[in-house]
Amino acid sequence: MPGERRLREIAKVVRSKNSGPFQVTFDVIFASNEDFRRVRDSGVVTRALVARLYRISENEIVTFGFFERINAIKITIPRRNPQGSIGETDMHACQQHVPLAEIAIPWTKEAA
Amino acid sequence: MPTDEVRILTPTGMLGYGFPLEWFRKGLDMRPDVITVDSGSTDSGPQKLGLGAMTCSPEAYLKDISVLLEAAAGRKVPVYISSAGGDGTDAHLDVFFDMVHQISRERGYHFRAASIGGSIDKDLIRRRMKEGRVHSLDGTPPLTEEEVAAASNIVAQMGVEPFLTALERYGKLDLIITGRSYDPSPTAAACIRRGMDPALAWHMGKIMECGALCAEPVGRCIFGFMHRDYFELEPLNPAERCTCASVAAHTLYEKPHPFHLRGPGGMLDLSDCTYEQVTDRRVRVSGSRFIPEEHYTVKLEGAKCVGFRTIAIQGARDPAFIRAIDQLTREIENRVRTAYFPDVPADKYQIVFHLYGKNGVMGDLEPDMESQPKELCVITEVAAVSQELANSICGRIRTDLLHAPYPGRIATAGNCGSPVTPLEIPLGEVCKFNVYHLMEVDTPIEPFPIKYVEI
Repeated sequence: MPGERRLREIAKVVRSKNSGPFQVTFDVIFASNEDFRRVRDSGVVTRALVARLYRISENEIVTFGFFERINAIKITIPRRNPQGSIGETDMHACQQHVPLAEIAIPWTKEAA
Repeated sequence: MPTDEVRILTPTGMLGYGFPLEWFRKGLDMRPDVITVDSGSTDSGPQKLGLGAMTCSPEAYLKDISVLLEAAAGRKVPVYISSAGGDGTDAHLDVFFDMVHQISRERGYHFRAASIGGSIDKDLIRRRMKEGRVHSLDGTPPLTEEEVAAASNIVAQMGVEPFLTALERYGKLDLIITGRSYDPSPTAAACIRRGMDPALAWHMGKIMECGALCAEPVGRCIFGFMHRDYFELEPLNPAERCTCASVAAHTLYEKPHPFHLRGPGGMLDLSDCTYEQVTDRRVRVSGSRFIPEEHYTVKLEGAKCVGFRTIAIQGARDPAFIRAIDQLTREIENRVRTAYFPDVPADKYQIVFHLYGKNGVMGDLEPDMESQPKELCVITEVAAVSQELANSICGRIRTDLLHAPYPGRIATAGNCGSPVTPLEIPLGEVCKFNVYHLMEVDTPIEPFPIKYVEI
């Protein structure tokens, strides 16, 4: 869409990983404070969005925050199943970032 | 005798993965007070703890430990190794000490060493449960007697106190090897032992336990300089740099919160830290705080075996088969339960179809369920109470996937291709993390036996 960019095109890093065997954590790290602020101020990345993408309720979210000092968004949620047992699809939870990375953010040149 | 600087060399974030000798030797030339290396991880799953397997091969550990012992003997730099074998059980602590004895015999090394166990006595855990002093962590259900009994191994992450106690008891030590430890503990202990601020010590340990992962680009060998009011970090490979951003962002990695890090005995709070670029490649950090918890707790980790697993790998190219896959797998599972194995109770086995090309990685979180893939890989996972049962159920499913009819079938000789033999692959026991709890301790050294070892 014109006027939109996906988070994966804006951020320097969008990654997911186990944080212990029972949680998965997401880091979205921006190259500049300007990019960080534009995403934060877009209001698109919210607790409600995380709950919808990862099919949990908002009160299950362990951490959700915009950390300006490190130009990063940090999100931690429960793992759907304890790491590495029957039915595991992603031992390290390192591919769970994709639904988040595909989120579109309104993005126009003027917005800066 | 107050010290103004403690110098720590960490050659890698994971013992057994190898490290570049050139940069390690450069680090040795910088006169480190202590070499610290962690080898712990739960990252590769419950199998290691559940089956008592090591993270790396014995050969890989032997190689890395040889290099470290050479430094300990030749340069007289103490070496602290934590979480022996990955899971940090007493069995793997013994394996590490056997390697040290073997290398030392061959090369004529002599060391004053301490061994600190990390396996936890189940009776102690049971007593603490009765006292209401074992608590759930990260949403785990309350610990039960059954789960404690079922766990193959239970370890706990030690803090700095077992290291400090070993050094107080036995004086100068060339070598400390421990069972399961909080990854930053060896570095933190080396700094706290020399009178440095525990908050800064934990923070520096937290970063250095990953080697030069905090550098850009990411590296292996790192050097830490602990001072009274700040610490500094510099990667040893000149092609790598620590920057304020890379060091500050490091505590995001694999942690639930970037600035609040829970560990043995309390929480490290990095909310008010300051990062300064000292040189092009070196960063100074200050302002870390440590908030002790009211009751000192250690994190218990345990895993149990939950059955035996068999998989089959099959690939499909026919578009009609790929379109029909969901209906087909539903019908097959239904036939297994009602027609093929009606006598086996449903709770004796589980069937999971991994559909690569469709949602094999994301499972039911896959946002795009509309696209039709060109190829589909089906990995059928069967877990059962015995290997024989898992094999036979998996075999029936595989032959059904190969031959069962589906709407629009024109290829009547076989539905999908098999890449390897055996067509059903027995995987042995499958494990599950079943203990992940905080246990209060009377003293921080209570569950960790400390022994002097003469080598």
